[in-house]
Amino acid sequence: MIFGLPVISVAIWLPIIFGILVLATGDDKNASLARLLALVGSLLGFAVTLPLYTGFNTTTSAMQFVELHDWIARFNIHYHLGVDGISMLFVLLNSFFTVIVVIAGWRVIEKRVSQYMAAFLVMSGIVNGVFAALDSILFYVFWEAMLIPMFIIIGVWGGPNRIYATMKFFLYTLLGSLLMLVALIYLYNLTGGSFSILDFQKVAIPMNAQILIFIAFFFAFAVKVPMFPVHTWLPDAHVEAPTGGSVILAAIMLKVGAYGFLRFSMPITPDASHKLAGIMIALSLIAIIYIGLVALMQSDMKKLVAYSSISHMGFVTLGLFIFNAYGMEGALLQMLSHGFVAGALFLCIGVLYDRMHSRKIADYGGVVNKMPVFAAFFMLFAMANSGLPGTSAFVGEFMVLMGTIRVNFWYAFAAATTLIFGAAYTLWMYKRVIFGAVTNSHVGELTDINAREILILALLTIFVLGMGVYPLPFGEILHASVNDLLVHVAQSKLPL
Amino acid sequence: MNLMANLLPAAAEIFLLVMVCFILIFDLLLKTNKIYTYLFVQLTLLGCSLVTVGTHERGVFYAFNGMFVDDLLSDVLKMLSYLGMSMVLVYSRQYLLLRGLFTGEFLVLALFALLGMNVMISANHFLTLYLGLELLSLSLYAMVALQRDSAIGTEAAMKYFVLGALASGLLLYGMSMIYGATGSLELGVISNAIHQGVQNKALLAFGLVFIVSGLAFKLGVVPFHMWVPDVYHGAPTAMTLLIGSVPKLAAFAFTVRILVEGLQGLSADWTGMLVVLAIASMALGNLSAIAQTNIKRMFAYSTITHMGFMLLGLISGGIEGYGSAMFYTVVYMIMSLGGFGMIMMLSRAGFEADTLSDFKGLNQRSPWLAFMMMLLMLSMAGIPPTVGFYAKFAVLNSVVQAGYTWLAVISVLFSLIGAFYYLRIIKLMYFDTPESHVPIAVESDTGLLMTLNGLGVLLLGLMPGTLMSICAVSVRQSLLLH
Repeated sequence: MIFGLPVISVAIWLPIIFGILVLATGDDKNASLARLLALVGSLLGFAVTLPLYTGFNTTTSAMQFVELHDWIARFNIHYHLGVDGISMLFVLLNSFFTVIVVIAGWRVIEKRVSQYMAAFLVMSGIVNGVFAALDSILFYVFWEAMLIPMFIIIGVWGGPNRIYATMKFFLYTLLGSLLMLVALIYLYNLTGGSFSILDFQKVAIPMNAQILIFIAFFFAFAVKVPMFPVHTWLPDAHVEAPTGGSVILAAIMLKVGAYGFLRFSMPITPDASHKLAGIMIALSLIAIIYIGLVALMQSDMKKLVAYSSISHMGFVTLGLFIFNAYGMEGALLQMLSHGFVAGALFLCIGVLYDRMHSRKIADYGGVVNKMPVFAAFFMLFAMANSGLPGTSAFVGEFMVLMGTIRVNFWYAFAAATTLIFGAAYTLWMYKRVIFGAVTNSHVGELTDINAREILILALLTIFVLGMGVYPLPFGEILHASVNDLLVHVAQSKLPL
Repeated sequence: MNLMANLLPAAAEIFLLVMVCFILIFDLLLKTNKIYTYLFVQLTLLGCSLVTVGTHERGVFYAFNGMFVDDLLSDVLKMLSYLGMSMVLVYSRQYLLLRGLFTGEFLVLALFALLGMNVMISANHFLTLYLGLELLSLSLYAMVALQRDSAIGTEAAMKYFVLGALASGLLLYGMSMIYGATGSLELGVISNAIHQGVQNKALLAFGLVFIVSGLAFKLGVVPFHMWVPDVYHGAPTAMTLLIGSVPKLAAFAFTVRILVEGLQGLSADWTGMLVVLAIASMALGNLSAIAQTNIKRMFAYSTITHMGFMLLGLISGGIEGYGSAMFYTVVYMIMSLGGFGMIMMLSRAGFEADTLSDFKGLNQRSPWLAFMMMLLMLSMAGIPPTVGFYAKFAVLNSVVQAGYTWLAVISVLFSLIGAFYYLRIIKLMYFDTPESHVPIAVESDTGLLMTLNGLGVLLLGLMPGTLMSICAVSVRQSLLLH
């Protein structure tokens, strides 16, 4: 409770209310007011999520901070919120990144500032809702509503090919969502009239139905992750999105897909999950290896990081579908870590893009001569992206590999190649951009990062290193929920 | 039976008819300024709603020897039709004034159309149904042709009239066959006769085919949709607004009265026909809408799709199905009012904002209107948190409950195609630069109504429970008692 108000509701609605206030500041004459209001809103939005962490009980796998009210009585739909170890950290991550994005867009965004800031604040609230919703229709409403601000962000402030990218992003994700909606309605009828996710997890479902439901969920979540055959929207969306949009896409949006697998697919259709795990593992390995190789060939920095994200998310889905505690906790840690690392890399690219208006690797070279401080930060995040021990990325990747090797040596062998490819494409890009002789005259005119940019990158550095050196606090939060989920997934839900 | 008790169920219609006659005379006395007629009409609509509420009693009442029925379903639909018509008039006023069409005839025809709709909504007899339908249709034909010197308008009126007459003919032919098979024109009696078994099954089946074709014509579903795009496109936008919004309520009532109240015993037959109509409408409507450059034509194809989706509710049957179809129709009316209202707000003297490119960069010209239009488009596409999502959700729920999960999957795939052209409007408004910088003059009354309309779509989306329950309750109280 904050001032007598339930924590999760405040975490959802406070940013949305601030978003509306920011929108009300009107056109760009009041841009500084809009920025200030957005900063206050995002900081408060982050502050109100902290009680989730301080008041969290790590010994139970039950839902905490639960709120339950009637919403649409006719269909037995409730306003039902709560977090467990799996979702709690993502609410914090999301609120944290909203602050980062607001600061990152402070000077960079000059047209329609209020709309830009409002879109991010509203999205922050909606995404919190996605992670905290325990009623599937409430979840669906947040899930779809999330698309609207992102659609606007990419379409208005994006790059030259933004309209194609944003349409593709929206329609791709809508396809998956609509199939999921049918599955949810089917489950509603199967449970005899409940849309509660927790009830869905208990109901017995015949094998054929489980497989169809799994496929419907797969389309919804795999598109968001994104997994191998349905990943093609991501490079387009990432490349065309403004920096803030890319950061939120990478740090938050990709995570809701994997979260969906954990919250819906695995506990609701455990038998189908086991049966189709082979396919999921295969798709994950293809993502890790093939997309890793694709990343190697990119000439555009943003595209490279986008492909690297797909490859890293392959690690996450691999960790989920090997069904052991190492894999699953590793996957969750990898999700958090990838949020920090990919977010930071997109911010770094944004720093360069703001100065040079180019994302092409070939346009750079010798940046270290002009931007030594920046080069140091960039180095750290590049290393983290290649999974260097001591950074957050190592923890998750290592645990997933540990889990995988218990299942099958060759899976682990294939997955481990990412450590090589990851290092190759990231460091090669770093070398070409940062080191070497200054060939482009514009590079010679670069100025190093200012205090605002240092602040953002330093904040992320704390998390990347902190989580790499001492991951225990994160792991503790996950333990109870992950173990419970594994027990749940191991039980067959076929009707007797 | 005493006279008053017999007339009470029809009190609102009688009041409306008397008022229309008064307005006809009153309007003659006014030389130039028709604003008083307009206010008189709005007051009449308010009066109608008071009469409808005042005479409402729980239960089902018949009048005129069972030709006319007053139940909760009819009262709810009538209240909504007054509201819808009132909004139509507010949205149209400025648009018609600028085009010299703001005449007494328009207002009187609109009220006659409303009277026709209400008769349809309350009909319990094939003759009353037909009477209401023709009163509505003839008023609309005349309204489409109101702009005499417009070639495209006259063509639309002609098409509408010829095809409408054909549909009426089909309907009458079907009704006569049903009469031949069951010996009655009253819906309740027909229903009983079918349940008890009819000698001549073939005659009944033929009659059903003709009736469903006639209904399909009036609803504008594929393959009886040809008139829809031309009429929507050709008519002055105010008339398109009228045709595309409120009459859908009457069309819903008309369909439910005939198919559910009258021909429930044949539901196995007509369900199959509606499945074909619904799938064809969703497919053709969505695919054709993508290719349109005129927004009125685009909305026409979108109407075809929406009507197809509404049919899914009727296909599923039961309280869930009919209730969800009714909810869908009401929500569709609210959305289409806003959509066409927006076209008229962007139009000005001598300029029709009816092509897609007229919406380019609306966010830069008027952020508020662009935001309202975005809400309306998202709602039409069925994206939460707008009410359009719950309309689709309720229908899909009834479809899955009835065991047609495959139909639900097909319909969501077509919705995905549909989302594209609604998103394209948002894209034009937000991502493109405007082609013209003429300031948008917004009258205070239309501006307020548009705000209410757009925010209403959002607020109903956050709290859809009440309207859903009203639809379900009125269907339950009215249809099962037969």
